[in-house]
Amino acid sequence: MTSLYVVATLLFYALSLALYIWNLREPGRLAGIGATVCLVGGLVLHYLALLARSHLIHAVPYDDLFGSLSLFAWLLAATYLGLEAIHRQRSVGPFVLPIVLAVFLIAHLPPAARPVNPPPAQGPLFAFHVTLNILAYSAFAISFVLSIIFLVQDRRLRGHKLGEVGWRFPALEVLERMTRSSVLIGCVSLAVGMTAGLIWAHRLQGQYWNGDPKVIITVLILLVYLGYTLLSRTAAWRGARASALCILNFMFVIFSYSIVNRYLSHFHRYF
Amino acid sequence: MEIVLIGLNHRTASVELRERVAFSPEQARVAAEQLRSRGILEESLVLSTCNRSELYGVPREDLADSSGAVELFVASFHQLSPNELNGSLYRHRDSHAVRHLFRVAAGLDSMLLGEAEILGQVRDAYQIALDRGETGPVLNRMFQAALEVGKRVRNETELGTRPVSVAFAGVKLAERIFGKLNQHRALIVGAGDTSEQVVRHLCDRGIKKLRVLNRTAEHAVALAARFGGEAIPWENLNAALDWPDLIVTSVSASEPVLTRAIIERAMTARGNRALLFIDLGVPRNVGSDVGELYNVYLYNIDDLTQIVEQNKKARVAEIPRAETIIDEQVQKFLHWQAGVAAGTVLEDLRARLAAEREDFLRERLAAMAHLSEQDRAEISRILQELLDRVVIHPAERMRGIPELRRKLQNFEALRDLFRLDREKP
Repeated sequence: MTSLYVVATLLFYALSLALYIWNLREPGRLAGIGATVCLVGGLVLHYLALLARSHLIHAVPYDDLFGSLSLFAWLLAATYLGLEAIHRQRSVGPFVLPIVLAVFLIAHLPPAARPVNPPPAQGPLFAFHVTLNILAYSAFAISFVLSIIFLVQDRRLRGHKLGEVGWRFPALEVLERMTRSSVLIGCVSLAVGMTAGLIWAHRLQGQYWNGDPKVIITVLILLVYLGYTLLSRTAAWRGARASALCILNFMFVIFSYSIVNRYLSHFHRYF
Repeated sequence: MEIVLIGLNHRTASVELRERVAFSPEQARVAAEQLRSRGILEESLVLSTCNRSELYGVPREDLADSSGAVELFVASFHQLSPNELNGSLYRHRDSHAVRHLFRVAAGLDSMLLGEAEILGQVRDAYQIALDRGETGPVLNRMFQAALEVGKRVRNETELGTRPVSVAFAGVKLAERIFGKLNQHRALIVGAGDTSEQVVRHLCDRGIKKLRVLNRTAEHAVALAARFGGEAIPWENLNAALDWPDLIVTSVSASEPVLTRAIIERAMTARGNRALLFIDLGVPRNVGSDVGELYNVYLYNIDDLTQIVEQNKKARVAEIPRAETIIDEQVQKFLHWQAGVAAGTVLEDLRARLAAEREDFLRERLAAMAHLSEQDRAEISRILQELLDRVVIHPAERMRGIPELRRKLQNFEALRDLFRLDREKP
């Protein structure tokens, strides 16, 4: 059943991506609506795949790296869908969906297996902590994509080379607003998620702060994104510079999710 | 249920002839009325714009040459000899007339490919004709479908989205930077005709506030008054630069009016908020190095002209997509039309069979005096049931199944088969 959901999710996401690209190349109501409907279908199936995976390994879906990645892909798609609905913009879809697809594929290629030494990941507070932190990562991933689009579009406008697709992207100010919205979602999720994690750590170990590199890098991520939020409204940084900063900030997220998780942290193994 | 179309447009007729054949609203009303009162058309509609005069109609069935009759009417109505119209008029019938109207509504037949104004003109012409009762079921359906085609082509293709005038291109560029303009402000430097075109588009797109400067203050005041803006003295130019998001310049000056040093100061004062220059002046009014400043976007007349040329090509590339929508809608209309024709045949068939049944019963039951009224009614009912089962029900299927109608090809065969054109009961 798990593989059936995985294949079906993959198909829906792939179809959604194809329709988003089609909509960007030849805007039409049908392709745009079709892309969104397929994305919603993919999200539902992905959710069922996550549930099935949990049942199979008798653990929460984020109990291993791959489950954690799958949850990241699901939250990324869900956050994008929310932004699409709020800003009524489908032209960013072709750039977010490839990340969703790639992460989903990486997460589900190896067969689901019960982790050998599962971390003591239990309880609703822990689930809250992990889910909110991964939601923050997905929101930052979207702000990363939006910032790249901003820089490309800004370059095209300044160089007077808008081209075919340039007329279909959101306006620079809209891209800025969307980036700020995603960063705000990310910062709030990360702050609340981190607080939940600290409380959970206190319950488990009797102390809030254990000096784990993952906690340090997470605080750093929160600070750099708060820095972006403040700087992006100042005279010197607004526009392309703020977007470049947002792209740079995402490197911290990647570093945290990969190197820190895998090699440096003692308490955070997969998330 | 034929459809005829007689017309001329910018491709087939000179502007002089188009002027002579144009219909004012009052003339359109009189022409449509006369065409029906003289028994030429049962339904009529006049579509008259700057570039076209077209007459759509459903002729009476007994009229042999309806197109010729309409053509003669148009000539006499405008006091022209038929020879003067020769070579300038186009005549379309049925599916060709439908396709022509759909192409007109989509903007494919316009002088400026994909222009949006024509759809409004088609809508107005239809609404007027509808209100006066000049249209009937066929033209109503045809024009409603045409309006749907126009909307679909605008929504589903980019035929009308890309700007093809320099003024509109500048405004659309502003939307690429700022999004909706209803929260943004524009400063117009120079109150000439070119500036006015930009201002018109800015107002159409809902610009929040507008200020106008001109060396001759009266011109600035006049332009500002026309569009609900505010005129400010020319001497305040530099001080006014920290206010707008968009600056349109079009003044006669041998040297740039706005130099890098001036704009640098303005950008500091405005906290580096994005600023778009649309420089329509020749020679240029804004220094070319101003575009290098952070968060400044500079477009001069050549840049905009280049965009317009690219957009014109892009519009041409959208024609096949628009034609696909038109093909689809023409087929839909023709199916509807065939369905209506099938319905008419069915009604005639039902009436004919009812009459035949009555005759048959009268003849055959005349000698059967022993039958009671109740028996006669029962026999009549059984006979009706038989006719329904054998003839009416299969024929009703024809109305609902387009494929079946296509196979039958020609309803006249059915008419001949059941002799429906014989004297009606």
